[in-house]
Amino acid sequence: MKKTHIIILVLIAAAIAVLISFTGNITTYETVASARQKEGKFVRMIAKLDKTQPIQYDAIKNPNFMVFTAVDTLGQTTKVVYHNSKPTDFEMSERLVLNGKMQNGQFECKEMLMKCPSKYKDDPNAAKKNLTTN
Amino acid sequence: MNYPGEHLWPGLLGHFLIILSFVASLVATIAYFKSSNARLDNEALSWKRLARLSFIVESAAVFAVFGIIYFIVSTHKFEYYYAWNHSSKDLSASYLFSCIWEAQEGSFLLWTIWHSILGLILINKAGKWEAPVMTVISFAQLCLATMIIGIYLGDAKIGINPFLLVREVFQDAPIFSRQDYLSLESMQDGKGLNQLLQNYWMVIHPPVLFLGFASTIVPFAYAIAGLWKKDYTGWTKIALPWSLFSACILGLGIMMGAAWAYESLSFGGFWAWDPVENASLVPWLIMVAGLHTQVIFNATGHSLRATYLFFILSFFFILFSTFLTRSGVLGDSSVHAFVDNGMNWQLIIFMAVFLLPALFLFFKNYKQVPHINKEEATDAREFWMFIGSLVFFLSALVITYQTAFNPIYNKITGATTAAPEDPEFAYNKIQIFVAVVLGLLSAIAQYLKYKNTSRAYFIKKMAVPTLLSLIISLSISIWGGINFTKHGAGFLGAIHLAIFASVYAIIANAAYIWSGLKGNLKTAGASVAHVGFGMMLLGILIASAKKEVLSRNNGILLNFGKESKENPMENLTLVKGLRTDMGKYWATYEHNDSLTNFGNINYFKINFESKTGGDKFTLYPNLIRNTKGQEGFSNNPDAKHYFTKDIFTYISYASTIDREKDTASYKPYAVKLNDTIFYSTGFMVLNKVTVNPDNDKYHYTTGDTALMAEIKITSYDSSGYLARPVYAVKNAQVAVLPDTVFSQNLAIAFTKVLNDKEIELQVKESGKMIPFVSLKVYEFPHINVLWLGTIVMIIGFVMSMWRRVKQYRSA
Repeated sequence: MKKTHIIILVLIAAAIAVLISFTGNITTYETVASARQKEGKFVRMIAKLDKTQPIQYDAIKNPNFMVFTAVDTLGQTTKVVYHNSKPTDFEMSERLVLNGKMQNGQFECKEMLMKCPSKYKDDPNAAKKNLTTN
Repeated sequence: MNYPGEHLWPGLLGHFLIILSFVASLVATIAYFKSSNARLDNEALSWKRLARLSFIVESAAVFAVFGIIYFIVSTHKFEYYYAWNHSSKDLSASYLFSCIWEAQEGSFLLWTIWHSILGLILINKAGKWEAPVMTVISFAQLCLATMIIGIYLGDAKIGINPFLLVREVFQDAPIFSRQDYLSLESMQDGKGLNQLLQNYWMVIHPPVLFLGFASTIVPFAYAIAGLWKKDYTGWTKIALPWSLFSACILGLGIMMGAAWAYESLSFGGFWAWDPVENASLVPWLIMVAGLHTQVIFNATGHSLRATYLFFILSFFFILFSTFLTRSGVLGDSSVHAFVDNGMNWQLIIFMAVFLLPALFLFFKNYKQVPHINKEEATDAREFWMFIGSLVFFLSALVITYQTAFNPIYNKITGATTAAPEDPEFAYNKIQIFVAVVLGLLSAIAQYLKYKNTSRAYFIKKMAVPTLLSLIISLSISIWGGINFTKHGAGFLGAIHLAIFASVYAIIANAAYIWSGLKGNLKTAGASVAHVGFGMMLLGILIASAKKEVLSRNNGILLNFGKESKENPMENLTLVKGLRTDMGKYWATYEHNDSLTNFGNINYFKINFESKTGGDKFTLYPNLIRNTKGQEGFSNNPDAKHYFTKDIFTYISYASTIDREKDTASYKPYAVKLNDTIFYSTGFMVLNKVTVNPDNDKYHYTTGDTALMAEIKITSYDSSGYLARPVYAVKNAQVAVLPDTVFSQNLAIAFTKVLNDKEIELQVKESGKMIPFVSLKVYEFPHINVLWLGTIVMIIGFVMSMWRRVKQYRSA
């Protein structure tokens, strides 16, 4: 066998090992209930902001501490602690992807992705709402 | 129904021109195909004449389409959906261009235009390769024309017509039952350009990136032509400037995107391994792999099959990136992909019509493609260049897998898999080793000669650069404060290794210009490009590994143990006017201002003062009001550039965001002199009332009618404050000027003069009164090495291109 072939095989084997380890590291999207079952494990929880509950955030006291309640599509709720600043249009968000883990009955959120009606994307339906007759 | 005020002719003309470009590119494809396959010379020539004419007509048509869209947007014809949804009246001319490529249709059009320009150059320069190469490009133009043709075949929608009217897009909206809908308020202005795209990089980055995308078709088309005409080797030299051009421009476009992300997005850096970024990086990696194997083949006759494969796949991955970013499959995994426009099948077919025939041709001719049975020697340049190309290629495949696995797997199986916990680290921990290997290879390979190298020559030439690199990189490692322990000692070790590899690449290639090429700059393109590449690697390593959060208040943040590493307290609140301790700096929030006429950008003036040196500077991070009818704001960073570092800041929260939502209300009190009012944390006494005050705060004269109440406030911790609200009458209008005491969360207004010696004061207590900003401040050390490296690499590419063009013109 040629040297080139050996090196190619080694590199490809390394690449495959890397891919397998990557597949082992991938996470899953969860609901509140399934995130509770995986307490202590890092998950991505898809939920909404529960607008009936207050949002606790006082940037003057601590700009890195926010507490709010999230509710998922099944109606389950959980308290979420987020150690970062409140995103600027948080109240307007339609959907939240909360990355973190359940701990002691509350969700310790490390990172949060907000889906606003159309923050980065063009959503024709959002544009349509603006078409009013007045 | 007839709608007065609509301008229908630009849309009709525009759509006609799109259809014309579709038909003309169809004719060009067929005619070029016939010309390539013609047996007789004059038959080939007459087909070629027709093909050229069609291609020129097609090019003229797409230019005109672009011009008409610009006309519609710039003259604010809001009856057109394109103008209404992507622009507004307040945009300056350069941003009107950004509006065109904000939408999918416009970016397809941009791509088409670059194909046209490249095609016209090839018609002039490609000689006997014109017909087969242009067959491929005309066919690509045909496919791209279907993306904007906007017709229905039965129920299947083909493309999106950029000339639709708003009333055609939203047919059932009640507003269009009125003939005069154009006179209504909601049709007077457009929804505007996305606030994040209102940045000068957004004017320049997309055209350059799309030129990069478009240029990958040229090496692809030459490769296809070679397989198709069975002239397997004739194109590799004349196509070399094109592969250099493609790698150069695509690289430049990607790095401009990185600069845009760094300067205007708050991702906190220049690269986030976002799927949209990866999608353009992958074709570049493969193009660079193909470029190197092409050079190997031209010099030694090795690696031609790999060259074919790399050029086919580089173009395919451009199409794949189009699919990823435009089909909506990325969904949750990217912040800036387009949404699903119902064109997924069309995009899949677009990929298939290029990939399948190309792979068919490749495998059918595989055996006939010349190759050398004897293996490269391990001390030959081509051997290590090939290994380097292979590493580029595998790196591209791994990135593709990591980017596309979850969205595509979820789409097919309905599963809910997502990226790993730390998605950036998942890429970094692999690519850092790619960087190590590529840095080392690019340092060594030039010192090896093609075929074989004498050991004495190699050691003699390599010794000094190797020693020098060791000294420099060890100095960086020891005294550079590289202390990135977040991912453990192994990763830190890899960073040090990669620093050595990149320093080695810089020094060895720079030295090679003198020791190997005897200072002959004409042939130094490759060395210069490699120096630039090494600098980019070094800049990336240092700027990322030493990125430091400055916005911590060390007074509060003691050691929280392991958790503090995981939850870095990255935001710092500055109360207006209050000098605040921020680690190495004192920071003061001075004031904020809206500078544009429309009040949609709010600038915050923040002063920074170094604790050690006398270094003082001011930054203006700002908040942009969201466009397209969205509430809220987006933040826009500002940075202070030093030669050795950047101080980078953006607003994460501000009191102005809350101001509109302040629900606390004023409570009235009727008071006489020396009366006391109690509030939750203290009390206040009305000391005196002054007529027409003239002091440090107010300047009234005897001609005015103004009263100022002077109120002494004492809090329970016995601090004293003074509030001076004013009640004034001017032109029979009452003006109430409240005063605020931020530290007590108090606002006091003098609202009425009651009967003799009694006035009405209104007092409000609210936590939302204090003007403040919460900031994130980062220090990116040596980020200029990255930008400078990019420029050096581009210069190297241009030098190589220049040399190759001249070389093969004379040949």
